[in-house]
Amino acid sequence: MDQILSLAATNLLSPIILSFALGVAASLARSDLNIPEAVAKGMSIYLLFAIGFKGGVSVADHGIDGTLAASLLAGIILSAALPIVAFGLLQVMGNLSRLDAAAVAAHYGSISIVTFVAASSVLDGSGIASEGYMVAVAAAMEAPAILSALWLISRGGDNRRMDPELLREIMLNGSIVLLVGSFFIGWITDIDGLAKIEAFIVSPFQGVLCLFLLDMGLVAGRGLRGGSGVLKPGVLTFGVVMPLVGATIGCLAGLLLGVSTGGVALFMVLSASASYIAVPAAMRVALPEANPSIYLTLSLGVTFPFNLTLGIPIYVAVASALTGG
Amino acid sequence: MQTHKAKRVAIIIEQVMQSRLTDAMADAGVTGWTVLPVLGGSGQSGTWSREGQVGRGTGMVQVICVIRPDRLDALLEAAFAVVDRHMGIVTVGDCEVLRAERF
Repeated sequence: MDQILSLAATNLLSPIILSFALGVAASLARSDLNIPEAVAKGMSIYLLFAIGFKGGVSVADHGIDGTLAASLLAGIILSAALPIVAFGLLQVMGNLSRLDAAAVAAHYGSISIVTFVAASSVLDGSGIASEGYMVAVAAAMEAPAILSALWLISRGGDNRRMDPELLREIMLNGSIVLLVGSFFIGWITDIDGLAKIEAFIVSPFQGVLCLFLLDMGLVAGRGLRGGSGVLKPGVLTFGVVMPLVGATIGCLAGLLLGVSTGGVALFMVLSASASYIAVPAAMRVALPEANPSIYLTLSLGVTFPFNLTLGIPIYVAVASALTGG
Repeated sequence: MQTHKAKRVAIIIEQVMQSRLTDAMADAGVTGWTVLPVLGGSGQSGTWSREGQVGRGTGMVQVICVIRPDRLDALLEAAFAVVDRHMGIVTVGDCEVLRAERF
């Protein structure tokens, strides 16, 4: 418990979390503070490239073993199974329509890459190693949840199919292409490649992450302001309970696979996080009748801040305690 | 100067549906359109603003096309098949163009 509190305190007072808090506070206070759209997009490209590249270098440096394929498979299974758990929880906790519940569930099976980046940064700061290929696991967990949500809907008699164009858009969305592409560049170029661009992708990383999380804070604050009346108490509670349930399942998967302490923590983070980029776009195409205010506010305004502030320290501390790391 | 009657169709639709709409328009024989970003607005689905959008899941765009009046029905049928279940608005107005052969 002491370890969790200590990690939580360190995390809460870190520049990245304080930057996020500044964004939320500024937005709730209706400040005109604003990060231009193009700058935010540029920063997200930088962060994805850096995290993917470093993951690839790590794999090249340490080599690959049997857990790589098993971890990828586990990620796909987790992403497909978590929406079913979330859907069941929502039936008990929330009073949502089947469509809204399935749309929300899809978000909780998929992942938040920003939460993953923040968790990786916390692990680096704490000196806890993780498997470089977790970047690829993150990419693999983006899409299966969407198929599960459509299956949940079809079980209710409403047959929705994934059209090939939507599948192509999900599999080739910019974040996945950049993350996987930079991962392979890092893997191919190895430590020599990293040495050439280290000044660009290592040293400025924390500073860029601070500014990016400032923007995410502004976005989350706006979401909370606009969607505060949309979420009923049961659904709001789900936004905090589901990450903990997901993290528990992710923890079991990580322990079964025998990955490192950092790997278990990242499995927990991926399973606990909720998408707010890829899945909302897919839901607007596949389930347009579902209310976007519910799933966006829940994912971006409730679960994302929870994971960023309290969730990550809890997951890292639990992973450390269970693996003896 | 000689002008010719035409129809101006403006469709405000979710950004994720843009390529599906323009594909359907092309299939219906429409050869030209313009896509404009939408900054924000309010309607049956609530208030919306471009500010603070992290993905393209909630963005909106406006697709405008000018066509010969005899092509209007085919365009509207194709467009409606795409936008029917989605947020948005379709408007049709009269306009005049200088070079009729381009539409």
